[in-house]
Amino acid sequence: MINIEEQRANLSKTGEEMLNLVHKQVQLAYEAFTSFDTDLAEEVILKENRVNALDVRIEKDTDHFIALYSPVATDLRFALALLKINYNLERIGDQAFDIANHTVDLNQKLVPELVERLQFNLMFETLESMFKDVENAFINENLKVARKVFKKDKIINAINAKAFDIVAEDAVKNPELIRQYLMALVVMKKFEKIGDLLKNISESIIYFIDAEILKHKKKK
Amino acid sequence: MELQFISEINGKKNYSNTMNDMISEKIEDAKTEAPIAEKYKLQTKDVNVYYGDFQAIKDVSMNIKPRSITAFIGPSGCGKSTFLRLFNRMNDYIEDFKMEGKIKIDDKNIYKDKIQLEQLRKEVGMVFQKPNPFPKSIFENVAYGLKIQGIKDKKLIADRVEKALVQADLWKEVKDNLNKSALTLSGGQQQRLCIARTLAVEPSIILMDEPTSALDPISTAKIEELIHQLKKDYTIIIVTHNMQQASRISDYTAFFYMGELIEFDKTKKIFTNPEKKRTENYITGRFG
Repeated sequence: MINIEEQRANLSKTGEEMLNLVHKQVQLAYEAFTSFDTDLAEEVILKENRVNALDVRIEKDTDHFIALYSPVATDLRFALALLKINYNLERIGDQAFDIANHTVDLNQKLVPELVERLQFNLMFETLESMFKDVENAFINENLKVARKVFKKDKIINAINAKAFDIVAEDAVKNPELIRQYLMALVVMKKFEKIGDLLKNISESIIYFIDAEILKHKKKK
Repeated sequence: MELQFISEINGKKNYSNTMNDMISEKIEDAKTEAPIAEKYKLQTKDVNVYYGDFQAIKDVSMNIKPRSITAFIGPSGCGKSTFLRLFNRMNDYIEDFKMEGKIKIDDKNIYKDKIQLEQLRKEVGMVFQKPNPFPKSIFENVAYGLKIQGIKDKKLIADRVEKALVQADLWKEVKDNLNKSALTLSGGQQQRLCIARTLAVEPSIILMDEPTSALDPISTAKIEELIHQLKKDYTIIIVTHNMQQASRISDYTAFFYMGELIEFDKTKKIFTNPEKKRTENYITGRFG
């Protein structure tokens, strides 16, 4: 393996590490919020430092890669894409951190009916599936899988769009749960944001594989 | 024309990006619509070159626009220097050299017998890898080509020498020492002197065969800046082994491999998303 390939492989591995770490953060944050597990929430809050440290490391390593190896074509696209992927992953980490903090702030377990009515499970399952697609597309440079993410993000958006009406309707019937309803809306918005960020990551993966810029375009 | 354009677009993989690129390309082309001689400074068609039994160039066709910089890249022995030297018929002196196909400059075939080599080489100047000043004064070096042409008017010669040295960005450094030997100049200055010597006879095409490979980074940067300035008035073709140099200074890049022209496109395209895998492997350092 020539040196530039070795360096690129190392960068790719660190990117994969960041992807796994952030994915785990989202899983823990979801678990913490829906089952009101403050220990898990604390774990997410503590691990946020690791996400930030890895973010800085990837940025530095990519800077060095560009400065020292003058990458072009596929190598250049990979380096540019990795910077964007890393930026979006760090923001997903922030969302997980916020959800964990909201869990602690709420200080009570969500009523199961509310979790069900708002389709938290479906939203999380869809996010899980998007994470898997992104991981597969990134590691195996699989365009087809990367494109699957766009359709799945639409499911997340639809669930989130319905949530406001459900809360408006139900909160009137159960005014004692108003804090839960409001917090559920806030957290739901965070998960919806994670979906958007995963979609951005998919765009970057498609760019480095195929040189196609999908930003601000309709996705099929 | 429109139908052809649409079929060109449909043939491309990245539809929307390609479409934007192609539309701007077509607009650019429309501005320089016909005649061919104005649109292309240099045209080659089905060019094959042989040295005895060995085929050095295989069926190369390309068109080069006026006032553009084209970089020829490729591994050693791929034929890029041979191809470059076709444009001023420098290969003619090589034993067993044989050329097939057409090479036109301003729509005139330069391999027809009637062409005058002196006139061709006035039109097509050349700068070599190592600076090669004559063991004469700085002034005499630049004036040499003019004198060969039979120009005797001293005032005219002095004006052209000054103009060429200014264009080559050397005038300020040597104007008080024009009678000093050119061999006292540094490597970078000598190379700029050779460029001035080329410019003095007012060519329209400048061929450069690895013009900075023997120079330090500062002299290289000066020559690159100079090449960029010269683009306003000249068509420049440069052979280089330095990928960054090709990407920094050229508008178009041609990648040669084993005598074949593998890919010829805008430099931006070649260095971000080349069409051919072999081009990508070469520019990313994976072979060659």
